[in-house]
Amino acid sequence: MPSASLAANSPIRQLKDRLTRYSITLGGLMVLMTLLMIFGYLLYVVEPIFRSAKIDLSQEQPVASQAIAFGSDELNEIGYFVDRQAIVNFYPLGKDSPAATQVTLPISGAVVSDSKSGATLALGLNNGRVLLAQPSFSLDFSSGTRQISADVRFPLSEPELLIDLQQKPLDKIALQIDEEQTSVVALTSDQRLLLTRLSAEENMMTEELEWVSEQLEFNNTPEIISEILLTPDQRLLFIRSGNQLYVYDLLSDEFDSPLQLLDINQVNADVTTIALLSGGSSILVGNSNGVISQWFEVNGERGRRLTKIREFNVDGSVKQIETEPSRKTFAVLNETGQVSLFHSTSEAQLLSYQLKINAQALRFSPRNNGMIILADEQINFYHLENEHPEVSWSALWQEVWYEGYPEPDYVWQSTSASDEFEPKLSLVPISFGTIKAALFAMLFAVPIAIAGAIYTAYFMPSRLRKVVKPTVETMEALPTVILGFLAGLWLAPIVEDNLPFVFLLIILIPVAIVLTALAYHYLPAALRSNINEEYSVVFLIPVVLLVAYGCMWLSPIIENGLMAGDARTFISTELGIGFDQRNALVVGLAMGFAVIPTIFSITEDAIFSVPKHLSNGSLALGATRWQTLVGVVLLTASPGIFSAVMMGLGRAVGETMIVLMATGNTPIMDWNIFEGMRSLSANIAVEMPESEVNSTHYRVLFLAAFVLFIFTFFFNTIAELVRQRLREKYGSL
Amino acid sequence: MGNWYKSGSPWIWLTSGAVSLSLIAVIGLLSLIAWRGLTYFWPATIYHFELTHPDGVIEQVIGEVYEKDTIAAQRLRDNGTFVAAGVEEVGSLLVKTGNREYVELDFRWLLSPSITAKVAHPDLAVFERNKNGNFYGYIDSLNLGSQVVTGDVATIRPQLLVAMERVDQLKAKALTLQNNEISSINYQLEKIRLAQRKLEIENKLTSQAIASFEQQRLTLNEQYLIHEKSLFAIRNEMTRDSVVVRDMRGEKVSLNLSSLLDLHLPNQMSLVEKVLHWLAAMASFVVDDPREANTEGGVFPAIFGTIFMVMLMAVIVTPFGVIAAIYLHEYAKKGVVTKFVRVAVINLAGVPSVVYGVFGLGFFVYILGGSIDELLYPEAAPSPVFGSPGVLWSALTLAILTLPVVIVSTEEGLSRIPMSLRQGSLALGATKSETLWKVIIPMASPAIMTGLILAVARAAGEVAPLMLVGVVKMAPTLPIDGNFPFIHLERKFMHLGFHIYDVGFQSPNVEAARPLVFASSFLLVTVIVGLNMTAIGIRNYLREKYRSLEH
Repeated sequence: MPSASLAANSPIRQLKDRLTRYSITLGGLMVLMTLLMIFGYLLYVVEPIFRSAKIDLSQEQPVASQAIAFGSDELNEIGYFVDRQAIVNFYPLGKDSPAATQVTLPISGAVVSDSKSGATLALGLNNGRVLLAQPSFSLDFSSGTRQISADVRFPLSEPELLIDLQQKPLDKIALQIDEEQTSVVALTSDQRLLLTRLSAEENMMTEELEWVSEQLEFNNTPEIISEILLTPDQRLLFIRSGNQLYVYDLLSDEFDSPLQLLDINQVNADVTTIALLSGGSSILVGNSNGVISQWFEVNGERGRRLTKIREFNVDGSVKQIETEPSRKTFAVLNETGQVSLFHSTSEAQLLSYQLKINAQALRFSPRNNGMIILADEQINFYHLENEHPEVSWSALWQEVWYEGYPEPDYVWQSTSASDEFEPKLSLVPISFGTIKAALFAMLFAVPIAIAGAIYTAYFMPSRLRKVVKPTVETMEALPTVILGFLAGLWLAPIVEDNLPFVFLLIILIPVAIVLTALAYHYLPAALRSNINEEYSVVFLIPVVLLVAYGCMWLSPIIENGLMAGDARTFISTELGIGFDQRNALVVGLAMGFAVIPTIFSITEDAIFSVPKHLSNGSLALGATRWQTLVGVVLLTASPGIFSAVMMGLGRAVGETMIVLMATGNTPIMDWNIFEGMRSLSANIAVEMPESEVNSTHYRVLFLAAFVLFIFTFFFNTIAELVRQRLREKYGSL
Repeated sequence: MGNWYKSGSPWIWLTSGAVSLSLIAVIGLLSLIAWRGLTYFWPATIYHFELTHPDGVIEQVIGEVYEKDTIAAQRLRDNGTFVAAGVEEVGSLLVKTGNREYVELDFRWLLSPSITAKVAHPDLAVFERNKNGNFYGYIDSLNLGSQVVTGDVATIRPQLLVAMERVDQLKAKALTLQNNEISSINYQLEKIRLAQRKLEIENKLTSQAIASFEQQRLTLNEQYLIHEKSLFAIRNEMTRDSVVVRDMRGEKVSLNLSSLLDLHLPNQMSLVEKVLHWLAAMASFVVDDPREANTEGGVFPAIFGTIFMVMLMAVIVTPFGVIAAIYLHEYAKKGVVTKFVRVAVINLAGVPSVVYGVFGLGFFVYILGGSIDELLYPEAAPSPVFGSPGVLWSALTLAILTLPVVIVSTEEGLSRIPMSLRQGSLALGATKSETLWKVIIPMASPAIMTGLILAVARAAGEVAPLMLVGVVKMAPTLPIDGNFPFIHLERKFMHLGFHIYDVGFQSPNVEAARPLVFASSFLLVTVIVGLNMTAIGIRNYLREKYRSLEH
C-alpha cells in the first residue's frame, strides 16, 4: 500500500521540492555573491585613501584678551591659549571635559615674541630672557573613571633662561627642543642675533640631568630679518630677509656665514611667510600671489643646494602656513580667511574651506585630527578628518620627487627604522616587477608549452599521450612553495656558477634536436623502420640529457676562455650589468615551469578538439601533416591557444611563493635579466602581516591586492570570452 | 635535404623535443626531490680525516661528507691559501662536523690536498641530541651515577643502550605529566581568570564569587605544585647518567644522557641495519616534534596542522561547491544570471591566492573575528580570540579559494549523467528534488569526490594566503588537545608548505636545514601527487562507468 507521502500531489513532497529548489538557487547565487563580496570588500578598504579631508566646526570659545599661543591636548578634550599677560587658559572642548582653569606663568618681564617646538612654547621677554613652558595633560584612572587634568610644566630646570646678557628685548625668537638638546635663536631689539644651545648632561654624582649652555653671537646678519626658522635637528638656521633666504649651518666653525643665499619669491610676487615641513628638510614659501613653493636640498653639481621642487596654489595672499608635526601635510591660511590643506609629496589639495570668521592664525591638534583657528575675539575648534593624505593618484602611479632624492622617481619603500621617515608608496616598481617576472616566465614557458601541446595533441600516438598528458599535468598540482624553494636554494646557485651552461643549453638543445632529426632522416631504411618516428619523444630524452651533459662540460671551458674564469664577475665588472644571485632568469625558469602545465593543458585540449574532418580534408587534398597543422589545425585552435596563454599569464602575474623565494625582493625597475624584482603578490605576502590595521600602508597593500585582482580579472575574462567564441565556432562546424 | 625541410619534419621534431624537455623537467624534478629528500635519512658513513696544513700543523676532523666540489686554484691563491704550483683545480669536500658548541662552524670545506688520511673507523659514533645538533666522536666511558663503565665500544654500548632506554622512559613520563596534567591546570587557571573577568565586566562579581574563584585557584595551584615536584624529581633522575666521548680535538666531552635522542655507529652497520635505521628515521621524522627552530627533528605538528586545516576546509567547501554546481547544471535557466555566475566561477578560479589571503585577513579575521570577540569574548580583551589569524579563518579562506575546483568537477560529473535517467525518474512520478537526491547525487558522487580530492590537493600546497590568515612558524599547541572543547578553531597552526618556506629561507643555518627542507618537500609532494593520482583514477573510473550508459 502506498504511503500518503508518496501520493502524487502530497503537499509535503511539493514543499520539499520547493525548499530544495530555493536553497539550491540561493546556494548557486552565493558564488556570485562571493566574487562580488571580494571585489566589494577590497574596494571598501581601499576607498578611504582617496577621500579628501573633511572639516567641521565643533566648538567656539570667546577670548577676551589677545592670545599669543594656543593649542589642545592629544585627545581634543582640553584647549588652551596663552595671552599677553602670560596666563595659560585651559578651556573645555567637549561636554565631558573638565571646567576651565588658569595657570599664570612666572615671567619677569613683558612678553614681546613667541615661538614653539612641538608642545613646548617659548615666550621672548623684554629683558633678554626666554620662558619655556609646556601645557601638559595627564590621565588618571584612580577613582574608577577616567579623568583628564591640565597643568603646565617646565622642560628646563628653570622656567626662564637668560639669552641676552645685555638684557635687551628679544624681538624674534626661534626654538627647537628635544630630550638631549635645546636651541634658541633670538634677535634682540638692537639687531644682534644670538644662538643659545643647551645640552643635557648627566651629573656623575647625582645622576640627574643638567643643562650645559653655550652661547654664540652672529657677527654679520642680514639687515632686515623678517623670520627665523630652526630645523628640528638644530643644525640649520633659515633667515628670511624680505624675499631672500639665508641658510646657516650652526654646527660648522663659520656658523655665521651663510651656506646659501637665494631669492625665493615667485615672479612678480613677494614672500609673505615661510614654514618648515615636518622633518625639517623642506621649506615652504608663501607668496603674495597665493603660490606656495616647496624647496629642499638636492645634490647637484655644485653640492647640496636648495631647489624649488613644486608649487601649490591658493587664492589671494598667503597669511600663514602651518605644518603637521609628523606628516608632510600643511595648512594654508590666506588673507580672505580661506583654509586650504595640502599634502606635499602627493601633491594633493585635500581641502579648501572658507571660514566665516576673521582668522588670524591656525594650529593642528597634536594628532592631526583637529584644527584650532584663532580669530579676533574667539578661538574655534574644528574636527578634521584627514587619515590618508599621503596617497593620491599621482603618488601611486607617477614619479614623485621625495626629499633627499636627486630627481623625481618611482619608489616603493613603505617602512624604515627612523621616525622621520616618509613612506614612499609608488605602486609602479612593484607592478613593474610583477610584469617583469611574468614576462620572463612566459618567454620560457610559452614556446615549450605550445610546442609540446602541438606534438602531444596532433602527432603523438594515443598510447603515449595517455601517459604524457597526465604526467605534465601533475606539475600543475606541485606546490609552488616547493618550486620556489628549489629555485632559490638549488637552481639559483647552479645558474650562478654555470651561467654559460644555461645559455648554451638554450642554443644547443634545438640544434641537437634538429640534428637528430636529420640523422634519423639519413638513417638506413632498414634501421629506420625499426625505430618508429612516432616515439621520437622517448629517444629525444637521452639526446637532451647528453646535450645537457656536454654543455656542463663546455661551460667551464667557455668561462675560462671568454669570461676570464668567472662569468659572474665578468658580467658585473666587464659588461657593467648588475648581477644578483636570485634574479629574473631563475624566476623565469621556475615560474615558467609552473605555468607550462596550465598553457600545455588548455592548448592541448584546444588542438585535440579541432574536428578531425577538417584536418582529414586537408590531408586528403595533398597537404603534408605539418602544412595541415599550420594551415588548418593551429588556425582553428588559435583562439584556444590565445586563451591558454592568457590563463598562463594570469597565473604568472598572481604567483607569490616563487617570486618571493627566488628573487631578492628589491623593488627596482630594470629589465636586466640578472637582477631581481619585487612583485605585487610577494610584496603583499611580505608586508601585510606587519602592517597596522587601517593604516595607510594597510590600505595601500589592499590596493595592491585590488590591482592584482583587476590584472587577473582582465586576463581571465579575455580568455573566457575567447573560449566561448571558440565553442560557438566549433558548434557550427 | 630541401624536401626534408619542406616536409616540416624539423619542426615536428622540435615540438617533440619540447615534450621531451617537459618530461625531463617533470621527472627530473620529482626525482631530485625524492632523492635529496630520502637520502637525508640514510645513515652516512663517518670519516676521521687527518689534515696536514701547509705550515705543518696537523689537525683531526671527524664528520660526514655532504658535498664534493672543485675550486679553481687561482681563486684559492688570491685568498692567500697555499696551492702547489702547476695545479689548476683543487678538489674540496663539504664536511658536517657537528659538535656545534665546541667548534666555530659545524660545516666546513676541506681541501683535498691537505687531507693526509681518511679512515672510516668502525667505532665512530653519531649522537643525536636535542640541542646543538649531532655530536661525532669515539665513546670513551659511561658514567652511571655511582658506577663508571670503561672498556671498548662493544662492552660499553649495551649498557649505554640500557641507560638510554631508562632515560627515554623517564622522558616519556615527564612529557605526559607536562602535556596532560600540567597543561590542563594552566588551561583551567586561564579559564578561571576569564570567567572572573567576564563577571567583572557584567558587574556581577560578588565577594562570594571571588572567594570561590580563589578557592579553585588555590586547589589548582596545590595540584600544580605536586605535579611540579614530581616533574622535577623525574628530571633529576634523567640527568643521572652521562657518556664520555672523545671528539675530534682529542678532548673528552661528557654528554648527559637526557640530552641524547639517539646513538648509532654507522660504520659498523650492515646494509640491513642501515635500511632499518633509515626507515626508523623516516618514521620519526613524521611523528616527532621539531627541535632547534625547526631545523632538526620531525614535522609532526606541521603535518597535523595541514591535515586538520584541509579537513576543515573540505567540510566547508563541499556543500557549497556541490550546491552551486547543481544549481548551475540542474536548476538554472540559461540567462544573464547564470552567465554571470559562470563568469564568477571562472574568475574565482583565476584570482591569485594571495588576494584571497588579503581578503581573508581583512574580512574574516578583522571584521568577522573582531565582531565575534566583541560579542562572545569581551573578557579576553585586549588579547584577541577569533580576532587574530587562526585555523578556522585559514580553512574558510581556502574554502573560497577551492570552491571553483569543486564546482567545475561536480558539474562535469553531472553533465556525464545521461538525460534519460533524469527523465525516467521524473516520468515515474518523482519530484525534481527526489530525482536529485535519489538518482543524480548518488551517481555524481564519484565526481564530487574527485572535486573534493583536487580541492584538498590544491589547499594542501597553498602557502601564500595562509601566511596572512593563520599559519605560524612554531605553534605551541595543536588545534586539538585534551582540554574542553577539544577542538580549538581559533588557534594558529603549523603547515608543511610554510614550514618549507620558513626553514629554507628564514632559518639562521640554511646549510644545515636544507636537507630537512628536501625531506619535507618530498613528504608534501608525495601527499599532493598521491591525491591528484587518486582524483585522476576516480575520474577515469567514472568515465568508464558511464560510457556504458551513454549509448
